[in-house]
Amino acid sequence: MKFGVVRFPGSCDDVDALEAAQRVGDAVMLWHADHDLQGVDAVIVPGGFSYGDYLRAGAIARFAPVMEEVAEFARAGGLVLGICNGFQVLCEAGLLPGALLPNTSLKFVFRQVELEVVDANTPFTRACSEHQRLSIPVKHTTGRYYTPESVHVVLRYARGQNPNGSQDDIAGVCNEHGNVFGLMPHPEHAVDPLTGSTDGLRIFESIRAQVVDGVLV
Amino acid sequence: MRARVLVRPKAGILDPQGQAVERALPALGFSGVRNVHVGRLIELDVEDPTQLPDMCERLLSNPLIEDYEIVESPS
Repeated sequence: MKFGVVRFPGSCDDVDALEAAQRVGDAVMLWHADHDLQGVDAVIVPGGFSYGDYLRAGAIARFAPVMEEVAEFARAGGLVLGICNGFQVLCEAGLLPGALLPNTSLKFVFRQVELEVVDANTPFTRACSEHQRLSIPVKHTTGRYYTPESVHVVLRYARGQNPNGSQDDIAGVCNEHGNVFGLMPHPEHAVDPLTGSTDGLRIFESIRAQVVDGVLV
Repeated sequence: MRARVLVRPKAGILDPQGQAVERALPALGFSGVRNVHVGRLIELDVEDPTQLPDMCERLLSNPLIEDYEIVESPS
C-alpha cells in the first residue's frame, strides 16, 4: 500500500511521518501546491506550522490546493490521518468536528503521555485492543480540543495526563464515517525503541491492515 | 473602505490569555478589573464591504470558537 504525506511550507514532522509510514508500506511526499494525490491509499497531514500558522493554526493551510484533493478523497471514503498541526488543519477544513484552542497553561508542552484507546474498532486503531495504553509524545501549544457537539472519541489522555486542558481528556477523534482521524500526540515519533516507545506504530499498522485486509466487520 | 474586524473568544469558552491578563493587572495596582478577554484585531481596506461577513465566516474567524464584529470606518 502507499501512504502520501502532505508537505506544506512550515511542516516539520513530514519526514518522520514518511519514515514511520515506510516501516509498514510505501510512502511518498505530496506537495501542498499540487492538485495530485499520486494514487495513494491513505493521506497523512503531518505536524508542524503550516503557512506559519498565521491567523490560527491550520487556518491558511486548509485552503492549499492539495487540500481540495484531500477533501474529495475523504468524501469518497479515503483514509486521512491528521497529526498535531494536521489535526488542526482537518478541523479548520471541516473534515473533523471541533477546534483546537491554546493550551490552558498557555505553555508549549513536550512530553511523553499515556493514551487510552477508547475505540479499537476504527481503521486507525484496529491493531490495538480496547482500553490499551499507548505511550506517545505530545509537543504543542494549541492542543486543547473543544467541541460543542458529541463526537466519536478514539483516544483519550490517561487519567491525570491531559497536557492541554482538552475537553473530556480527548486526544483523538474521527469523523462520522470513521475514515478521517485526527490526534494531537505524535505516533510518528514513537516507532523506534531508540526513542523509548514503538506504540505509535500501531496507528500505521492499523491503516495498513485497513487498506490491505479490507473493511472492518 | 477601511474596516476593522474584531475577533474574540466565544462566551463560555475558557480564555486563559484573558485570565492571565486579569491576574496581572492587580499586581500592578489596578483594581476592579473583571471579564478580561484577549482577541485579535484585523484591519483591512476592502472595495466591497458586503463581502466582509463571508470573509469573517470563512477565514478571519473560526465561528465555532470565536465571535467577530465588523467595524467600518469611512476613510
